[in-house]
Amino acid sequence: MLRDLFASGFIHNFPLFAIILCLLCAVVSFVLQARGARRITYMLLSACMALNGSVLLHNLITGASFTYSMGHFPAPWGNEIAAGLLEPFFALLFGVVMLCSITAGKNRIATDVRLDKQHFYYILVDLAQVAMFALCYTNDIFTGYVFIEICTLASCGLLMIRDAGKPLVAATRYMIFNLIGSGMFLMGITMLYGVTGHLLFPQLQQAVAASWSSGAYHGVMIVSIGLTVSGLAIKSGLFPFHFWMPDTYGTATPASSGILSGVISKGYIFLLIKIIYRVYGHSVFMETGMQNILFLFGIAGMIVGSISAIRAGTITKMTAFSSAAQIGYIFMGIGMGTKEAMVAVFFHICAHAITKPVLFLSGGALIDASGGGRDFTSLRGAAHRNPAAGLAFLCGSLSMIGFPIFTGFISKLYFALSAFAFPHKSMVVLLTLAVSTILNVIYFMYVSVILYTGRPDPERRIGIGRQKAFFAAVFLLILVNVAIGLHSQPLTFLFESGLQLFLQS
Amino acid sequence: MFTSLTDLWAHMAENYIVVVSIILFGVGFTTLLFSRNLLKKVVGLNIMDTGVYLLLVSMGFIDGRHAPIIADGITDAANYINPIPSGLVLTGIVVSVSVTAIMLSLVVRLYEKYHSLNLDVIYELRNKEDHT
Repeated sequence: MLRDLFASGFIHNFPLFAIILCLLCAVVSFVLQARGARRITYMLLSACMALNGSVLLHNLITGASFTYSMGHFPAPWGNEIAAGLLEPFFALLFGVVMLCSITAGKNRIATDVRLDKQHFYYILVDLAQVAMFALCYTNDIFTGYVFIEICTLASCGLLMIRDAGKPLVAATRYMIFNLIGSGMFLMGITMLYGVTGHLLFPQLQQAVAASWSSGAYHGVMIVSIGLTVSGLAIKSGLFPFHFWMPDTYGTATPASSGILSGVISKGYIFLLIKIIYRVYGHSVFMETGMQNILFLFGIAGMIVGSISAIRAGTITKMTAFSSAAQIGYIFMGIGMGTKEAMVAVFFHICAHAITKPVLFLSGGALIDASGGGRDFTSLRGAAHRNPAAGLAFLCGSLSMIGFPIFTGFISKLYFALSAFAFPHKSMVVLLTLAVSTILNVIYFMYVSVILYTGRPDPERRIGIGRQKAFFAAVFLLILVNVAIGLHSQPLTFLFESGLQLFLQS
Repeated sequence: MFTSLTDLWAHMAENYIVVVSIILFGVGFTTLLFSRNLLKKVVGLNIMDTGVYLLLVSMGFIDGRHAPIIADGITDAANYINPIPSGLVLTGIVVSVSVTAIMLSLVVRLYEKYHSLNLDVIYELRNKEDHT
């Protein structure tokens, strides 16, 4: 039966079903109370995981990608969805992370968001989810822009829904940087459309290659690539545009911080990688020299982000600055540009997506266990008061440091290995990796030691029974983290094959 | 590329819409980035978007042809301009209106909270909140 389903091509509809389902649930949730909207979101995320998982399985078995024409209008007039191996994989990953984030953070959502507004929170999660799916699957650059903006609006809503002064200021700052990025991206794709006359990825790539090889419009093309790449880099928080991160991630409810740092920023990066490979073409991109700029900013981000994390006075700010450093790793890999480096980039996206929500959510639980104090003095001994959150924070920290058995180790290992295939920059990569890892150890281990100092106080201890949902969701993410860390080979195969499909297309 | 300054000026005069679009984009971009007044930032955002839409819609325009709305029963595509950029601009305007609405709602709530539209003042008040 499964074979018949695969052969019939019915699965080609699944990405669109996932997108439509998210929009439908967002509309239905408007008339529901908070609990109903939450349940709808749980069901939606689970259904979308099944749909994306089916697409991934289908493409793994067939070993090929497919293109779905919306409304059956043929290219170049119609809009398209394309799915290889990387698109459904990342859509699935983002769905899992979102589900775990809202499950683990539901108690804090209930306290941070007014009861009459809580259903809006879940609507915004549905909209963020649809934007992520569209960014993963779209084969049309203007659709990409529209969903970038939907994503910006949804994520701003997830921040500002916490009705207090600091989240509002953070949301404003976040919006300003994101709108600058969106404006640059729109200008970049407008210039590209002016030169090529196309919006669909395959036609764009052909036109870009023809124009580049003929020597026509080189200047416009370079400016277009520069604007598009810079726009998405600003939105994902690459150094030196990472200063909105501590305010944003530090003041939002922990579930929002987990979604924004683990999913939303990765969605922009995935779209950027798609555009590099499937719109400009990898060879054209490398000839522009843009990868060197990304490499430099990535390296700088790794160091500056880590130093800022050391200097941060609170656990949330430290975790937020650590995100800036991890984004630096990803852009360093994109800047290296080799196939091996891109596999490391995909691993690091995975590692960061599944680890950062754990850190933010467990950090939030530890803050609650310390009477709301975010500074390190208040957090002293917090792991004794909430052992589950303390253990989760420790596991997340070890993964970010790159401790063996965690996914963070695999990505760092691949970055180091790929550096050897990159003779003129290998020393820079290895040295920066070493320095950044040492800095990671300093701030993550410093906090972990603080969390475990002091004597246990059984009276203030928060047991697992009082936080079952938190425990289940966070430890599911840790389990996935360890599973990938111990058995990375299947994912290596998936990333290599997915990248090959990008190159073939 | 350009043999002389006169050649450059002639080229710019010929493509004056592109020049105006880029100037508008630059004005909007710098206002959004550097202005300390939140309302001016929202205005800058709209100027920036308008610059892009002007550039986009000018790409679809073909001299001597009409708007892509069938009139007098003429269905020959040669009579009309390229409708795709116009469609994109319409979509872009919808996006821009939504973003502006969210930004304005943020500005209103910040003003209610801090009684100022100046970002520096707002940051200062927020930092005072932190210390207290």
